[in-house]
Amino acid sequence: MSSVSDTSSLNVPAARTDAHARTRPFIWSVRRELWEHRSVYLAPLIVAGLVLFGFLIRLARLPHIVQSAESLPWWKQYLELALPFAIATLSVLVTGEIVAVFYCLGALNNERRDRSILFWKSLPVSDLAAVFSKATVPLLVLPVVVLVIAFLLQLLMLLFGSAVLLKTSAGPGALWTHWPLAQMSLTLAYLAVIATLWLAPVYGWLLMVSAWAKRLTFLWAVLVPIGLSVVEKIALDTNYVGSLIQYRLKGFLALAFNQPPKNPTSIDPVALMTPLRYFTSPGLWVGLVVAVAFLAAAVWLRRDREPV
Amino acid sequence: MSTIEARGLRKSFGSTIALDSIDLRIEEGRILGLIGPNGAGKSTLLNCVLGLIPYEGDLNVIGLNPWRARERLMQEVCFIADVAVLPRWLRVSQAIDYVEGVHPRFDRAKAESFLARTQIKRNSRVRELSKGMVTQLHLALVMAIDAKLLVLDEPTLGLDLLFRKQFYDTLLNDYFDRTRTIVVTTHQVEEIQQILTDMMFINHGRIALSCSMEDFETRYTELAPRADSLAEARALKPMYERQILGRSILLFDGANRARLAPLGEVRTPSIADLFVAVMGEQAKGAAA
Repeated sequence: MSSVSDTSSLNVPAARTDAHARTRPFIWSVRRELWEHRSVYLAPLIVAGLVLFGFLIRLARLPHIVQSAESLPWWKQYLELALPFAIATLSVLVTGEIVAVFYCLGALNNERRDRSILFWKSLPVSDLAAVFSKATVPLLVLPVVVLVIAFLLQLLMLLFGSAVLLKTSAGPGALWTHWPLAQMSLTLAYLAVIATLWLAPVYGWLLMVSAWAKRLTFLWAVLVPIGLSVVEKIALDTNYVGSLIQYRLKGFLALAFNQPPKNPTSIDPVALMTPLRYFTSPGLWVGLVVAVAFLAAAVWLRRDREPV
Repeated sequence: MSTIEARGLRKSFGSTIALDSIDLRIEEGRILGLIGPNGAGKSTLLNCVLGLIPYEGDLNVIGLNPWRARERLMQEVCFIADVAVLPRWLRVSQAIDYVEGVHPRFDRAKAESFLARTQIKRNSRVRELSKGMVTQLHLALVMAIDAKLLVLDEPTLGLDLLFRKQFYDTLLNDYFDRTRTIVVTTHQVEEIQQILTDMMFINHGRIALSCSMEDFETRYTELAPRADSLAEARALKPMYERQILGRSILLFDGANRARLAPLGEVRTPSIADLFVAVMGEQAKGAAA
């Protein structure tokens, strides 16, 4: 290690390995997606902002609402106090799903339409890494973004509500008993996980259509299943395709939650969760296999389609 | 090792044959001009070389199969496929960050110093830049990558003369170092004639002519004969004759310059003139 030539001959390959270690094609590809699709975080934020704005106006009536709810039967009381919270958090979650749909439809199509795919492909990022990074957005990034925003939203609503109610005789207690923060946050997280995994084949389908169609991705993605269903109905008088689509869009709720009892005197969504039934259901795992197949097709399409 | 080596390279789209059994070998340190009319197969050939489309036949680019190993290949190969491929939403700073993040051979400082010579602002989006600036940005990104092969497919399309000149000057002065290989296609042949070491004419998916620029200069001669020696000059069998302002210009393949000199004005033809001659003859041959 004393001679200059020794160290320099060792340094060159070392520098190379360092450079290799520094490059993270996958992480940067995901970051790239967020640069292009700012709606991923802006849309849920805007919806949350609107909801909060509505709630701030409601605050003026809140003391009155709480006071008059005291005399109501339990479930009416629940509707008055908890429903705004449920609507608020669910609207953020649903916004996330809508953004995911449009994101997927554009993800592999925009780059072909604006020819920027020629730029992306001039860099050492494989088609697998590219498609995988795009699939990460609806499968991981959006659920996390939406959960964080929904959590903060309900927290703000609780805090603002409590601040207003502190000055009243009723106090803020009713708010926290009807919307228990820890339980509702757990429920939101559970909802996000089960919905995302269950809808994975839908995202896979959308990404594949995005890689396949030249344009009008939304029409292709929606009209193909509807068309199949209509043809089946007319030809065979059966409705397998239609019920399959319905099952895929909302079947997870019946699997992941027990029905609430009739005439409940309280609702504890955590007690209604049935994760074991959900995670052992064939519908989930078949769906995940189908999702992988769609994504593999998308990788193949991105690789094989002519540029532009 | 040759940078690009193809044997029997074929590519067809449906019933159209885009590349008809091409054999070629491009050595390290060359600057090859790929010249041909629209639809001749230039871009198809480059897309094969870059691993963007599958093909038939043997193709080796820096020892790799481009279709199987595109990702690996792109660590050693850069390309600019005409000016409009940088996404319009991308910011200049994001472009630099991204390439640095994914490319092990990217030198950020180099890219920054190229950009410092331009008017491009770091926080501009591509859509806010002029066409010339987009090309400067793309060139800055590509030149900061230590690659073995640079492929340019109509890199200066739609740029004004000033930017085109600057583009090739920068490329030659700041990038080319005789260990790299550059392949370039363009319709503005005259502008790159001076920088090429080799040229190749492509037509109908075949190589119509391939030679080094030294060969080109010794092999082809253009003669503007005096009026009284025109018949004598024609007797020497020029490959092509054209009229300019009523004067005949004769193009010879492999003629002895000393023999032609007494007949009139002798000079080396431009690639563009040779191109017209070669393609014109081919068109006649096809019609006959």
